[in-house]
Amino acid sequence: MTATTLSSRQHAPESEDIPLTVTQIGMIAFLASEVAFFSTLIVAYLTFLGKDTIGPTPAEALSLRVPLVSTVFLLSSSGAIYLAERGLHSARPGAFRKWWALTILLGAAFLAGTLYEWSELIGVHRLTISRNLFGTTFYTLVGFHALHVTCGIIAMLVLLGLSWRCGLSATKGGGVELVSWYWHFVDAVWLVVFSVVYWWGR
Amino acid sequence: MAFPAQAAILADCVAPENLSIFQPASPAGESIVSLSMLVLAITGGILVVVGSVLLYCVFRFRVSSSDGKEPPQVYGSVPIEVAWTAAPAMIVFILVLVTTRTLWEVKIPEPQPATGDNTLFVTVVGRQWWWEYRYDYYNGRQLGFTTANELHMPVSAAGEPRRVYLKLKSADVCHSFWVPRLGGKTDLIPGRVNTMWLQTETPGLYLGQCAEYCGTQHANMLLNVIVESPEDFDRWLEQESAPALVNETVHRGRETFFRLSCVNCHAIRGTSARGTYAPDLTHLMSRQTLASGQIPNTRDNLRKWIHDPQAIKPGNLMPAFGLAERELDDVLSYLESLR
Amino acid sequence: MAIAEQQPDAVATLGWTGVLHEWTTTVDHKKIGILYVLMSLVFLVVAGLEAILMRCQLLVPRNDFLPPNTFNQLFTMHGTTMVFFVGMPILIGVGNYLVPLMIGARDMAFPRMNALGFWATLFGGILVYSSYATGGAPAIGWFAYAPLTERTFARSAATDLWALGLLVSGIGTLTSGINFIATILGMRAPGMTLRKIPFFPWTMLWTSVQIVFAIPPLTAALIMVLLDRNLGAHFFDTQNGGSAYLWQHLFWFFGHPEVYILVLPAFGMVSEVIPVFSRKVLFGYEFMAAATAAIAFISMGVWAHHMFAVGMSKTLDLYFAAASLLVSIPTGIKFFNWLATMYGGKIRFASPMLFAFGFLSMFLIGGLTGIMLAIAPFNFQLSDSYFVVGHFHWVLIGGTLFGLFSGLHYWYPKVTGRMLSERLAQWQFWLLLIGFMLTFGPMHISGVLGMPRRIYTYDANRGWEFWNQITTLGALIQVPSYALFVINITWSYFKGKPAGDDPWNAWTLEWATTSPPPSYNFEEIPHVRSRRPLWDLKYPDDPDWKYE
Repeated sequence: MTATTLSSRQHAPESEDIPLTVTQIGMIAFLASEVAFFSTLIVAYLTFLGKDTIGPTPAEALSLRVPLVSTVFLLSSSGAIYLAERGLHSARPGAFRKWWALTILLGAAFLAGTLYEWSELIGVHRLTISRNLFGTTFYTLVGFHALHVTCGIIAMLVLLGLSWRCGLSATKGGGVELVSWYWHFVDAVWLVVFSVVYWWGR
Repeated sequence: MAFPAQAAILADCVAPENLSIFQPASPAGESIVSLSMLVLAITGGILVVVGSVLLYCVFRFRVSSSDGKEPPQVYGSVPIEVAWTAAPAMIVFILVLVTTRTLWEVKIPEPQPATGDNTLFVTVVGRQWWWEYRYDYYNGRQLGFTTANELHMPVSAAGEPRRVYLKLKSADVCHSFWVPRLGGKTDLIPGRVNTMWLQTETPGLYLGQCAEYCGTQHANMLLNVIVESPEDFDRWLEQESAPALVNETVHRGRETFFRLSCVNCHAIRGTSARGTYAPDLTHLMSRQTLASGQIPNTRDNLRKWIHDPQAIKPGNLMPAFGLAERELDDVLSYLESLR
Repeated sequence: MAIAEQQPDAVATLGWTGVLHEWTTTVDHKKIGILYVLMSLVFLVVAGLEAILMRCQLLVPRNDFLPPNTFNQLFTMHGTTMVFFVGMPILIGVGNYLVPLMIGARDMAFPRMNALGFWATLFGGILVYSSYATGGAPAIGWFAYAPLTERTFARSAATDLWALGLLVSGIGTLTSGINFIATILGMRAPGMTLRKIPFFPWTMLWTSVQIVFAIPPLTAALIMVLLDRNLGAHFFDTQNGGSAYLWQHLFWFFGHPEVYILVLPAFGMVSEVIPVFSRKVLFGYEFMAAATAAIAFISMGVWAHHMFAVGMSKTLDLYFAAASLLVSIPTGIKFFNWLATMYGGKIRFASPMLFAFGFLSMFLIGGLTGIMLAIAPFNFQLSDSYFVVGHFHWVLIGGTLFGLFSGLHYWYPKVTGRMLSERLAQWQFWLLLIGFMLTFGPMHISGVLGMPRRIYTYDANRGWEFWNQITTLGALIQVPSYALFVINITWSYFKGKPAGDDPWNAWTLEWATTSPPPSYNFEEIPHVRSRRPLWDLKYPDDPDWKYE
């Protein structure tokens, strides 16, 4: 048994049989738990679809106008975050910050779209979380997604601030990579939610 | 608990208070027992075999102190692993087969009522903490009356089955209908309608109780199922479906009853009392027990109940009305006329 | 290494406030592990008292020792506490302490998140118990069947505090799961491929996978309860179209993997103890490992065997019965492998092995009553009766607790540098075994005699009184066994025989460092070639890696 001395955890060799860093593994495990969480909310949504005896129904209340625009914002934000990562990898911190900031703005635009849509649902269609089963499941599912988008924006703001203060590096398994994984995940969840709520369920 | 005439007909000599699942009195109960005998034999066999190996290892290979030499290290053996995977797999396969058979024997879908089918259809509504019975059909004839807490049904005979199908609903939280000697339990889930069936060739009183925690008085949501001869059952049906008896000697009590808020919750058919939140009182005196099986139906107990229900069944939904002694006696006399 | 070379007395150098500060701000996996275990032991005493009170009420029919609502609060809190604030935390605590040591790492992957997990769990427990301040704990049962949890039926804020407390502690549990996965997958010593990790980390890995997939559905369901109660949502509000049935599915989707979360680590612990005390390598490691993974997978698909009486279709009933029976196959494989490990060995019944024997014999029985319950038609009679209460206590105490005591007695010398008293451990074992069998054995009988669960009293003449009295007697016999354990771990801390690095002549990496280990665990991270690195060291001419 030969011995290897290690000076710090950062230089720990990767486990030989898994080509991921611990932080990457941790983020994957966390995203797996989020899959379980959102699946439960989606199951609840599908359970009650069509079961309401009082309106408004999804077909009556939901219009595709605003959500489609929000979706475009969110999808392009995934593109923007990808370009930001590219900038970081090619050692162009200016490009990184620009695209990173755009990602945040597009995410915020998505949230603004959600808020606008909700104000319409509540004001015009009188759909609240307590109105009927559709209201209950809709606001819970879309609301928790929006909450996750918000947390992603906060994380990105923190990194943006750090980028200005001390600069960020493009390490494998670093904060930028993990946050971008999270962001792409939130985007993918939105695609599922959108399909289930605005397309299939209407 | 006194039980008229029918007590003499108890053919299987099992006391009503014996709720053992291994004393089945119904086809469903018997199916389950025969399945369980096989299962117990298999699991008992596994216990004996595996337990013996365990004890053998413990006694044969124990040492009190180490002699420094390690025994031969055996890392594994694929054939052995395959063997003790295959054997349990075969046992599981057999268990799945017998489970399938019994499951199909025991869970029968509810048919439509038809004339001359000798079948009773009752809707059971579980409520905190009592049982409401709405008699729907018997022998194809529509019934349409409601009672509470004691389920009457006709006894079957060999070659002449008289089945009872229960529709199970709940007015509030989850409950469960469990009379062990008549079969397994089925839950009453608010928002869902479940069905189960009862059938027995042995008349008598069958006890059970709610088997799904439903709040404060879950423990006292008792079940009484009275199985009687077809003739006795017909007589009971006629008596129960009639409106309340009118007895002029208790008119003062009747007026007191209708003046108080009793009618907000209770119903008495044939009168203006049409409350739906509490047990139907039309034929209260035909019941053996009060408070969902908790106390015998005697004048004294009924008096205590009306005076302060909370003292007998704390947490139940009937408040104490603070009646004066005279009012209480009057109401009591009226209720006692509801035979 | 002699004790004299261990760290100097912390209190003398830091003072009491310093020690307190150290322990409340620590991110060291060993200290966090100890904090988890100590917290769990406190909650164990509380939940145990709740149980004793219930047993006093059930001693005689129509007893008036406790009013109904108090009894109903007690079984709610007893179940909630035992599952969420004793069972899971104590296993996570032992895992926290041992896993980095056993895989040759210096700490868990995310030490600060580790600390967050502990404090979230503790805070969750405090939240749940603060419900007493609302006038009474929730009286909803630990699985809180809707719509009992709706505001209509549970008016006070106790239920909100219960849901919130479990939500918060669930986040703590989830972070522990993520931490274990990252640590075990990403921080193994050089040479330790996944096929060579000791069995306890392997079971902790699969436990954590189950945590990652089973806790979030519970979190979501608890959020739904809180939304129903506080924002007028209708998830489980049956009076407005909500579904009581949905709650049962969501809860048991969490609830069944939960019981495997509670038992897999115990499987891992006895898989370490039995080989060492039989002086033989674990028989069939690959099959044991595969069986563990199989159990983790299958157990995610059997949840509705808790719902056989709910009125599902016969097809669904059959599926869940068959799947539940299926899980007995990998469990059986493990059992036979443990026996094969003992067979031909030289077995010493020191306290860890004594408890492992208790585990084997008791879990065998508990597993068999589980098979009985998987048979759906039989379940129609047995579900929600005392038979089930007997079954799950049998596997949780017989399986999890005995396995846990085996591990605690095995690793106590490593953690403290001192041996536990064998005599006290023997007394504890026999009192626990006898008391436990007397407590839960009769429950199988009263269940078969028609006694449902969660009833605060019962009628005489049903034949239940006798069995309830034996149960209460058994519970009282168990009490001193737990007291002896507490006495043992306290007394031995000060007066126990010095243990040295490797008192059991064991083979895994934790025994290659001092007892207790230094804060950095290992002076040099070892390079391993087999599953038993110390065996290779001790027997260089017959190393394991030649045969694996």
